[in-house]
Amino acid sequence: MSDDGTQHPLKIYYIMWIGLFVLSTFSYATDFMADGALRTFLILLFMFIKAGGIIWIFMHMGWERWALKIAILGPPVAILVLIGLMSLESNYIEGSRIENYGESTMEVVSPEHH
Amino acid sequence: MSEAVMDSGAKEALGKEGLIEDWSRDKQVFGVPWGKAMMWVFLLSDTFIFSCFLVGYMSVRMATTDPWPNPSEVFALEAFGYPVPLLLIAIMTFILITSSGTMALAVNMGYRKNRKATFWLMLATALLGASFVGMQMFEWSKLIEEGVRPWGNPFGAAQFGSSFFMITGFHGMHVSAGVIYLLVVAFRVKNGFYENRPDGYKIVEITGLYWHFVDLVWVFIFAFFYLW
Repeated sequence: MSDDGTQHPLKIYYIMWIGLFVLSTFSYATDFMADGALRTFLILLFMFIKAGGIIWIFMHMGWERWALKIAILGPPVAILVLIGLMSLESNYIEGSRIENYGESTMEVVSPEHH
Repeated sequence: MSEAVMDSGAKEALGKEGLIEDWSRDKQVFGVPWGKAMMWVFLLSDTFIFSCFLVGYMSVRMATTDPWPNPSEVFALEAFGYPVPLLLIAIMTFILITSSGTMALAVNMGYRKNRKATFWLMLATALLGASFVGMQMFEWSKLIEEGVRPWGNPFGAAQFGSSFFMITGFHGMHVSAGVIYLLVVAFRVKNGFYENRPDGYKIVEITGLYWHFVDLVWVFIFAFFYLW
């Protein structure tokens, strides 16, 4: 291995650092500026870019050998199956709740600001 | 060739060929110190725990018929006379990112055997982490004062409180543990504990892995719980 991740110039960390600040500002801005599908898309987009950057650069995954990359990054893909199954199930539960108990009659108050 | 690759007879292949070689040859698979491999395995298991919490949160949020409280209103703070949505959460996010940056620099300084810089950068990371936990405590007290409980709240679906306390609480516990971990390693670096160890300052990188993971989890919590 020619590069074991120990002797990088600091520049790449500074770029990553600034990038995280900028992307987090964008994430935060979606709260004011975007709605609906665009908002969902942007939240996920910025989330994945930030997560990828942290894993690849800060956690040095980009410089590891593929044996480690596959062993660590492969298994979490199984979570997608869980997400899929649980969203089907939750949709069904919501439907049966509405069918049997009717729509929510909950009265809510708006949060006060201190 | 680095010292990290322990028993390398022939030239080491990279990429896909390297993947097959690492798993099929009669040698240890991961050419990294055992502490680093085990930290990655631990973080993998932690990934599944946090994923289960977040998927659980998704399930209860989708299944409830009650209106979900609007996070940008619940987590708003008054500043300059206006309620600013998610103000404290945004500050906490930036603090955690800053601490990730100082940690990345500490790892680099550790490999340069610059003990003093490593110590101060790790100390700064720990202090930023501690201030993050402090703000989380403030957030919790504010919400509890407003009547948010794990079993109900005045703003909407009861599941909001249980998800919030469970997820942020578990994350806060990780940050607190990380602060202690960082302080222990930082002071050992300062005292020269790692000077004559075979793995030397790799421990700083391993500590860094844990710390960056805490930041990584926050990226997902920020997106799914606070922004969604």
